[in-house]
Amino acid sequence: MQNDQLLALFSGVLLALGLVAFFMGRAKAARVRADGVAMHAQPDQYAWFTVLSTAGPALLVSALGAFVMLLLGASIPLPYLLAASLIVAAGGLTVGIAQVRPDFHARKAIERVIRWVLVAAALISIFTTFGILFSIVFEALRFFQMHSFWDFVTGTVWNPGASFLAAAGRAEEGASAAQFGSVPLFAGTFMITAIAMLVAIPIGLLAAIYMSEFAPQRVRTLAKPTLEVLAGIPTVVYGFFAAITVAPIIVGVAGFFGLDASFNNAVAPGVVMGIMIIPFISSLSDDVINSVPDSMRQGSLALGMTHGETIRDVVIPAALPGIISASLLAVSRALGETMIVVMAAGMRPNLTANPLEDMTTVTVRIVAALTGDLEFESAETLSAFALGLVLFAVTLTLNLVSVLMIRRFREKYRVNNL
Amino acid sequence: MSQTFDDISAQLRRRHRRSARLKWISMGALGLAGLFLVLFFADMLSKGLPAFQQAYVQVELEYNEDAQRMGREAMEPEDAKIVSRSFERLIPGMLRDDPDLLGTTETRWVLANGEVDQYLKGHRSKLSETERQAVDEKVENGQVALKFNTTFFSQGDSKMPERAGIMAAAVGTVMTMLVTLAIAFPIGVMTAVYLEEFAPDNRLTQIIEININNLAAIPSILFGLLGLAIFINFFGVPRSSPLVGGMTLALMTLPVIIIATRTALRSVPDSIRHAAFGVGCSRWQVVRDHVLPLAMPGIMTGSIIGLAQAMGETAPLIIVGMVAFIPDVSASFTQAATVLPAQVFTWAGEPEQAFVEKTAGGILVLLAILIFLNATAVILRKKFERRW
Repeated sequence: MQNDQLLALFSGVLLALGLVAFFMGRAKAARVRADGVAMHAQPDQYAWFTVLSTAGPALLVSALGAFVMLLLGASIPLPYLLAASLIVAAGGLTVGIAQVRPDFHARKAIERVIRWVLVAAALISIFTTFGILFSIVFEALRFFQMHSFWDFVTGTVWNPGASFLAAAGRAEEGASAAQFGSVPLFAGTFMITAIAMLVAIPIGLLAAIYMSEFAPQRVRTLAKPTLEVLAGIPTVVYGFFAAITVAPIIVGVAGFFGLDASFNNAVAPGVVMGIMIIPFISSLSDDVINSVPDSMRQGSLALGMTHGETIRDVVIPAALPGIISASLLAVSRALGETMIVVMAAGMRPNLTANPLEDMTTVTVRIVAALTGDLEFESAETLSAFALGLVLFAVTLTLNLVSVLMIRRFREKYRVNNL
Repeated sequence: MSQTFDDISAQLRRRHRRSARLKWISMGALGLAGLFLVLFFADMLSKGLPAFQQAYVQVELEYNEDAQRMGREAMEPEDAKIVSRSFERLIPGMLRDDPDLLGTTETRWVLANGEVDQYLKGHRSKLSETERQAVDEKVENGQVALKFNTTFFSQGDSKMPERAGIMAAAVGTVMTMLVTLAIAFPIGVMTAVYLEEFAPDNRLTQIIEININNLAAIPSILFGLLGLAIFINFFGVPRSSPLVGGMTLALMTLPVIIIATRTALRSVPDSIRHAAFGVGCSRWQVVRDHVLPLAMPGIMTGSIIGLAQAMGETAPLIIVGMVAFIPDVSASFTQAATVLPAQVFTWAGEPEQAFVEKTAGGILVLLAILIFLNATAVILRKKFERRW
């Protein structure tokens, strides 16, 4: 029999057993209660308890078996595993029915199980973080066994070119040895991030100041969701916009000034990324500025400061930790942004300070390394994980610092909605 | 040195001018952001709207013996130059399915090739001068015309721009989102319920909370690396399938749903809980029968927003191989599929001019879906929002 059919049969039998358990449990509880004995729980609760004791252990056994097969590589024939689960289910059914007694707290038992299920669900987010960390770290370690960590961090030439030959056992045929110096990639990443921040921070911050300090209520309720639209546009759309519309404009403008710009220049993705990030900064800064206590504004105005001076010298300094925290989050977002740079920035690792030249970023190389027809074992594929590790470490640090700053702000002014 | 009143009032005017300047500059910044938005949508509309129209040509078809092998034999050689090759290839099959057609003639509208289409829309086209004249003549006679592009909405991907459509990607998106929602919604709601209603305030709870906030800020491409290393390489989930794509996106959407659900749960006033406890409900009964139903609108809104976010995501899906070339619509969770943003990405990489408008057309469809989803979320919130 096919595995699919086996699984269908298994689910069918388990479902039938569950139904049997439900009705038998309820019938027994109803019978006991009809005898006039006070019970700790309702018949339905006993019924659900018997269902849990039937299906729970059975599902656990099959899940355990699946994990043993995956992790230890032991092969347990599927029919045996499923049959064992069903036997456990039948055992659970008898135990469950036997537990339908007046002095048994069925509701408490069910709620204990529910609580553990909720805990398990909450742990999945932890597993996700560990999953990301482990998957990246293990593959990155394999990469660093092939190429030295020091060369990776300090090398200025990224040329994975011939690494696939080494993976195929023909290393000596390669014209030149593969080089994995990540400095040009990080230089490109920081260049594009810097351009994005030059666009996003002034515009986002000023827009937030306008919305929270000057704008009439009506403008505010309209402007905030409109700005959020910018954040909701998929990045692949921004990438297309940057490559097809913005890059030619940049080339044209640069040409007007007699400069020579590449169509894959760093300015186009940078500017478009900045536009994308404006709402991040504006909406967080807006919240922070709004939670600066009004007493500070009143005090400043009472001393004869103008509205503008109050904002510049009182409100902004008070909100600064929150604004910095928003900017750090924005930087972290820009560093990890992928689609815009994949579509609009160059592929060529290029160590330069001229933003009009094409340059590549960490995320572009990750995508390039993992979408080719290369073997998974090759150094180029594994280099994607090494780059991912650095990206993970940098964004994690930025996020944590940002969280700490916003917490300091929150404690200083005792606001709870941040 | 003491200042005269004139000095002071001049200084005051200066200060007020500076204050006003800040107002105008900050207003300008907001206006600039709005201007970007308007420019962006105008650009996408002007590029994408032509994609919803496609050139069709009226040709005489003569189903002769030769057409059984070579579709183009059924047409005049002049017509064959401007008809899409995808249609020519259909003719032998049509004759095989319906032998009675043999020997008959027919006049019908068929798909013109991409170059004719681009020429009619005034874009760059590879048509020769004589072909352009022939097309112009047929336009005069009403034999070539732009019509609503049904192909775009009913077909999968194709290397011929006139034949390429978004249907396969749309189906793939639906399948992927089903997986995402089926995983992320229950787990997200359960996590939020645990953290808000059950969890003791201990170390583990704090770690989970910090961790969730951190997950929300991790670059999406790293989720792709997780999907590749763990789901595909370790668990052996089929590459490029909606299953693996949906699982990867589910992990990404999880923090959004958790955070939204927690906010919704927190907005349910404690008096509700106290009342329920007061009549003897257990903790779980309070949550199930009172708190969750009241928080449901907020949870739905958050989930829809999370779904919209996942729907526009491309980077992790590229890593797990969901940028495959999918010409046929298939509704399977384990076979290779593509999604709308990935289709946009694929088309953006095609060299032909005609694909630019297909890309922008796909983007318009994607944006329309996202705007619809977000509008639903907003309306839901407006309709069911309760002030306690």
